[in-house]
Parts: sequence; C-alpha cells; structure tokens
Amino acid sequence: MPANLLATIVNIAVMVGFILTVVPVMVWVERRGSALMQDRPGPNRLGPFGLIQPLADALKFFFKEDVTPTAVDKPLYLLAPALAIMPALLTISVIPFGPALTIGDETYPLMIADAPAGVLLFLALASLGVYSLVLAGYASNNKFSLMGAIRASAQMISYELALTLAVLAVVIPVGSFHLQDVVDYQRAHVWNFIPQILGFVVFLIASFAETNRLPFDLPEAESELVAGFHTEYSAMRFASFFMGEYMSMTSLSALGVTLYFGGWSLPGVDLHGWLGAVVGLLVLVAKIAFCMAIFVWVRWSFPRFRYDQLMRLGWKVLLPVAIVNLILVAVLTLSGVLGAP
Amino acid sequence: METLIFLLFALLAVGSSLVVVVHKNPVYSTMSLVVTLFSVAVLFVLLGAPFIGALQILIYTGAILVLFLFVIMLLNVTREESAVSQQKVQAGGALLGALVFGGMLAVLFWNARRPMDPMTEELVSMKGLAREMFGQYLLPFEIVGMLLLVAVIGATVAARKPPQPDKPVEDLEP
Repeated sequence: MPANLLATIVNIAVMVGFILTVVPVMVWVERRGSALMQDRPGPNRLGPFGLIQPLADALKFFFKEDVTPTAVDKPLYLLAPALAIMPALLTISVIPFGPALTIGDETYPLMIADAPAGVLLFLALASLGVYSLVLAGYASNNKFSLMGAIRASAQMISYELALTLAVLAVVIPVGSFHLQDVVDYQRAHVWNFIPQILGFVVFLIASFAETNRLPFDLPEAESELVAGFHTEYSAMRFASFFMGEYMSMTSLSALGVTLYFGGWSLPGVDLHGWLGAVVGLLVLVAKIAFCMAIFVWVRWSFPRFRYDQLMRLGWKVLLPVAIVNLILVAVLTLSGVLGAP
Repeated sequence: METLIFLLFALLAVGSSLVVVVHKNPVYSTMSLVVTLFSVAVLFVLLGAPFIGALQILIYTGAILVLFLFVIMLLNVTREESAVSQQKVQAGGALLGALVFGGMLAVLFWNARRPMDPMTEELVSMKGLAREMFGQYLLPFEIVGMLLLVAVIGATVAARKPPQPDKPVEDLEP
C-alpha cells in the first residue's frame, strides 16, 4: 500500500472518528447542560453523572418503529436523512489538525483533503446542507413540514451570504484559501479574532442560523410547526437529522476556530513532529469543545426569534456589517497594518 | 483512473440533465439539476480548475437551485399540468435551445480553425481568473452586475402590491 494512501486513511480515521464521537458526547452535554441551567438534576441514573445515557438514547432510537407515512414522496423521503449527515462528514476533510508531519523523506499534511481552495470547498459543501431540510419538508407531504422547509431555504440562503463575506475577510490578509496557510498566518501574527472582531461576531451569529440552532431554529419551531421539517420522521431517520445537526455544529466550529482562534496552534508554542501532531489535535479538540459549549449555552439562554425578525437581522444588520468588515480588512491589509502575508 | 472518473461523471451529467427535461415533477427535475451541476463541478476539478469547481457548487447548487426549490414549494407546483397544451411552448423552447447550442458550436469550430492558446492552469487559477475578470473584462463584468441589480429592483417593484388606502390592512404578514 502506498504511503500516501495510508496517510490519507489515517487522517480520515482521526477526523471522522472524532466527528462521530462528538454526537453521543454532545447528547450528554446538552441534556446535563440544560438541566444545570434550569436547576434540575437531568439524566443521572445510568452510570456516573448519567454518562451512559447517550447509549440508552441510541438504543431507544434503534428499537423504535420506523414509520413511513403512506402519502410521502418515498424516494425523497428516504434520501433526506442521509443528506443530513453528508455535508458535515465532507467539510471536516479540509480542516488541518496539526503541523505537517515529516516521516523519512516524505511530508504528510495532517488534513484529509490538502485542497488549495479549502475555504471555498468548505463553504460549497456546507451549502449543500440545506437540501436535506428542504427535501424532508417537501417529501413529508405535511403542511407543517412544508412551512419548515420554506423557512429553512430562505433562512439558510440569507445567512450564508453574511457567513461567506465574514470568511472572505479572513482570507484577504492571508492571501490564500488554504486553511493551513490561515493557521500559519495566525502563528506569525495574532489570532484573527482580535483584528476582525466584527467579522467574528457576524460569523458566530450566522453559524447559529446555518446550523438551525436556537435562537434561529425556525425550520423546526416546535411551538408553531409541531417539529417542522422532521415532523413525519421517526426512529433512526429522525436520529440522523439529530446527528447531522451536531455534526455540522462540530464542523462549523472547526472552521471557526481555524479561521479566528489559530486552529491547532498555540501562541508562543512551537509545535512540530509527532508531539506537535498529538498536541495540535488535542488543542483543536479543546477549542472545538469550547465552541460547542457556547452553542449549548446560547440554546438554553435565548428565546426563539420571530421569522420576520430573523430575516431583518440577516439582511439589514449582518450583511451590511459583514460588508463594512470586508472593506475595513481590505484597507487595513493594503495599508500594511495587518502584516504581510 | 482519471478517465474512469471522467466517464462516470460525464455520463452522470448527461443522464441527470435528461431527467431534468423529462421528469414530470419539478422537484425531481431540480434535484437532477443538482446532480448535473455537481458532476460538471467534478469535471472542472479534473480539468485542473478546482476554484471554478468550488464556485460552481457554491453558487449554483448551493444558492440558485435552493431558490428554485423555494419558489416551487412556495407556489406548490406538484405536477406539470396538462402537458399537451404546452407542447407548442416546449417545441419553441427546444428550438431556441438547439439554436443557441448550434451557435456556440459554430463559434467554437470557427475559432478552432487556427491554433489557440492552450488553457493553462495559470489562466483558470484564482489569480488568473481575477486578472482577466477585473482587468481585460472589467467593463462587461460591471455591466452584468448592473443588469442583475436592475433585475432585482424590477422584481421587487413587480412583486410589491399597490397601496390601497381605503381598505383596512388585514393580510399583513405577522
């Protein structure tokens, strides 16, 4: 087996293993975290601190009856849950998780897809995530689901613009779409969130809307739409929407920390070689864990936006702020304040 | 290996674009168009232009086709109605499409009489594209931008209901 192929397989095993492990951990964090914030114990019967609870939840999903309503559009109905997981699994491939490793004479990058247009590839593949929601809502043949799907398509298109503009502003001083270059730039200068705090705030808000988390979970909005686009789903098909949400939260957090918080690097510490690879991965995971905690914290702190408020925030606040940030960063870069790439 | 991938995605592009035209349900047509554009993006990557491939997915599959789906679902067009009465329209569309395609082929073969500069990787990279788009072709680029802006304003004006002062406002969106 050629060494390159082996390296790619190891990279895939690390990153996909990580993103799949996140789901049960996040189920536990979400349930215990919400309990903590609402001053109740939460699941605490299975194992210490209820740690085995996610296993029980998963088993329950497996043994529930998988109901397929008769009036659904069957091919699309079956396709939608599969599409929910795909974007997160694909996008994680452009995230670097350590310094390039030199074994013998060969240098192996610690990322699955060493793509020169990595940032664009991430955005492009992440933008496919909306299809699972839209198709699920359409195929369910249910008015609530259709409402959820219509909301999802409008919401995700609107916030994608602001998100993309915020990300592009990061790329300007770096001068490259490669995420490893973004990390190297931040190792040489400061973490991007200091000069680009405006863009970071836009990115943060837009990423809540992109992952359909409260306060922007309008496509499911259980108080008005029953469960929105996944009303008609049950058992493992429902669970795959659930997993898809956590996995896209993870991959978007990975992009966020790579763009704004130095990715796998630590300021003032020179990571290289095998130790650097291990420490780099741990640092990246720790940073992502912090972001995920913020996702949970925000979810249980804020009430849901109304649909018109959501649209107004997206188009009249976030988009102009993102454009101002883009121009500001371009001017600062050209005047040499942000340092040469 | 590359030939195999090319064949697979070329066949997929042609097959799915046929489905786009033939299928009765507009949602299925849109989804096949997603497959078509995705396959074309893969072909771009195979040609050594990953930037154009990524843009293809980001803009067409990620944004424009989602808006197609949005409109289809908002208008709730489930099935193409009375396909017979639309045969003339379809024939006209097919004729127009054939003319445009023929014209493109003619231009291609006309230009291919003398040897052309090869499409180098430098030309289709980000820098090359930006240099072309914001250098030599800046004016057409700006004109297309203005055209799109005019279209957006026109659509907004057309979609807006005229104000009716004597009728009480009831059906406003909450």
